[in-house]
Amino acid sequence: MPLTLETRDLTIRFGGHVAVNNVTCTFRPGELTAIVGPNGAGKTTYFNLISGQLRASSGSILFDGIDITGQSAPMRTRAGLGRAFQLTNLFPNLTVEENVRLAVQAANGTHYDMLRPWMVRRDLITRADGILDQVALGSRRGVAATALSHGDQRKLEVALMMALEPKVFMFDEPTAGMSIDEVPVVLNLIAQLKQDLNKIILLIEHKMDVVRSLADRIIVLHNGQLVADGRPAEVIASPIVQEAYLGVAPKTAAGSAA
Amino acid sequence: MMILSGDPPRSRVLTLVLVLIILALAATPFLFPGAKALNVAAKICVFAALVASYDLLLGYTGSVSFAHTMFYGIGSYAIAIALYGMGPNWAAVATGIVIGLPLAALLALAIGLFSLRVAAIFFAMITLAVASAFQVLASQLSWLTGGEDGRSFQLPELLRPGTVLVSKNLFGFEINGRILTYYLVFAISALMILALLRVVNSPFGRVLQAIRENRFRAEALGFRTVFHLTYANCIAASVAASAGILNALWLRYAGPDTSLSFSIMLDILLMVVIGGMGTIYGAIIGAAIFILAQNYLQSLMGVASKAASEAGLPLLPGLLHPDRWLLWLGLLFIASVYFFPTGVVGRLRNAGGAKSGSASH
Repeated sequence: MPLTLETRDLTIRFGGHVAVNNVTCTFRPGELTAIVGPNGAGKTTYFNLISGQLRASSGSILFDGIDITGQSAPMRTRAGLGRAFQLTNLFPNLTVEENVRLAVQAANGTHYDMLRPWMVRRDLITRADGILDQVALGSRRGVAATALSHGDQRKLEVALMMALEPKVFMFDEPTAGMSIDEVPVVLNLIAQLKQDLNKIILLIEHKMDVVRSLADRIIVLHNGQLVADGRPAEVIASPIVQEAYLGVAPKTAAGSAA
Repeated sequence: MMILSGDPPRSRVLTLVLVLIILALAATPFLFPGAKALNVAAKICVFAALVASYDLLLGYTGSVSFAHTMFYGIGSYAIAIALYGMGPNWAAVATGIVIGLPLAALLALAIGLFSLRVAAIFFAMITLAVASAFQVLASQLSWLTGGEDGRSFQLPELLRPGTVLVSKNLFGFEINGRILTYYLVFAISALMILALLRVVNSPFGRVLQAIRENRFRAEALGFRTVFHLTYANCIAASVAASAGILNALWLRYAGPDTSLSFSIMLDILLMVVIGGMGTIYGAIIGAAIFILAQNYLQSLMGVASKAASEAGLPLLPGLLHPDRWLLWLGLLFIASVYFFPTGVVGRLRNAGGAKSGSASH
């Protein structure tokens, strides 16, 4: 049976506010699903529930047939869920290479090796450098993460997830705030990942041109509820999406939706 | 330089200072005559290791512990009680080590698993509570610990001052059991500092730094951080207990004031901050500066005060009176924290880094 990621009636409440409301959805490999919706629709919260940063109030999450609803974030990462965060979430005073090396270390289970200096672990270093070259950060490897430009920090964030070699890639607005010339590096990476038909890729994205070019499927969240799910052309054309999110003029829609 | 685990001092001045301190400590028995100099040197060795182990916690993982003197005390008392109860033989030394080290490590394991799951402040509070309880316990169980008086004991024959190993007419100076004990303290402290340097520069050590930087992200990468923090706590506790063992062996005594008092905890904190957190090397520098000041500032001031009054200067003799030494020590600390917020090591490294940076561009 191929790998699946499934949420069943997934719900989280913050006091009286239901941020994610009974979302039932199945994700399959070889399919890039874009998750769209206005700001505050619960997209990032939905991600946080799946990757374990938040615990569901009710409902369940099944990964590869196993119920992971009760598992901690580290356990889910070890099971193969990879997450890149929307707000840059790095190790600021460690170098770019050290950031990635830590992810490589986590992926290959080097958790408690305390008797050898890290330079002896050429395998970790080589792998980290390879990933940095993929995201075009090779020349910045010795710089502290905090000294990177915003765009480079976003790329590093993606590099950390790649280093984990996950089965599920969860991108949360990977190109937000990037300058125009930096965007293609990340988009090409995602397009490359799509070639591997064994991976599940989830992408939260506001830019409709990006969604159109990459997504095989779009789901729409609105006020925490799943309101549309289907092929990009159908979803974008559906009245509920036109009304809830896309509007007639996308630029003003994004502004007024906030 | 694999002995330094690939983490050299990275500053010429810092290297020079470290080499000077280590050479001075290594040669103290021959360079500086008298019991006081040797006592001060032994204390610097013990505290350098103790402070380095605290740096592993504070500087590398960012967790604040107030139980470090407790582990130091466990080591001290274990060896003291064993030698007091079993007599001055090597079996007693071994018993003290075999009981003291695992006891400290197990206690650290329990505290860590219990309190490192949640916010850092909780760990600080728990360590404070456990350390206070231990202090009360040590003074109450006087049949075992000697209460407020502590326990004095004798060392095995080989380590006693009366044991002459190399007589004076051979080299011109005598090597006795006291000097052998000093070198034991020196060597074990040095080994422990090198071991800590290895731990902080290992892949495991990088995870500790990652947790300090962003624990949330470390968890998201798949690290179960509570275990990393707990292991670090156990390592730090074991080194602290070993330092306690060395201290008790050197003093031939363990008591509340020398091994458990809360003022030792404050001293450790000051030394780690003065030397530079998250560097390990800072421990050596912090311990050397602090203990030298603690021991010699008073006599230095006595000399200065006398000179000032003989020269007929107003006000100065009073200000420099030896009784005011704590005031000056305090001012020294405020000044050092103000001028070296990253500690002596951080300051020297930054200065060196700026120079080499401008040279390469």
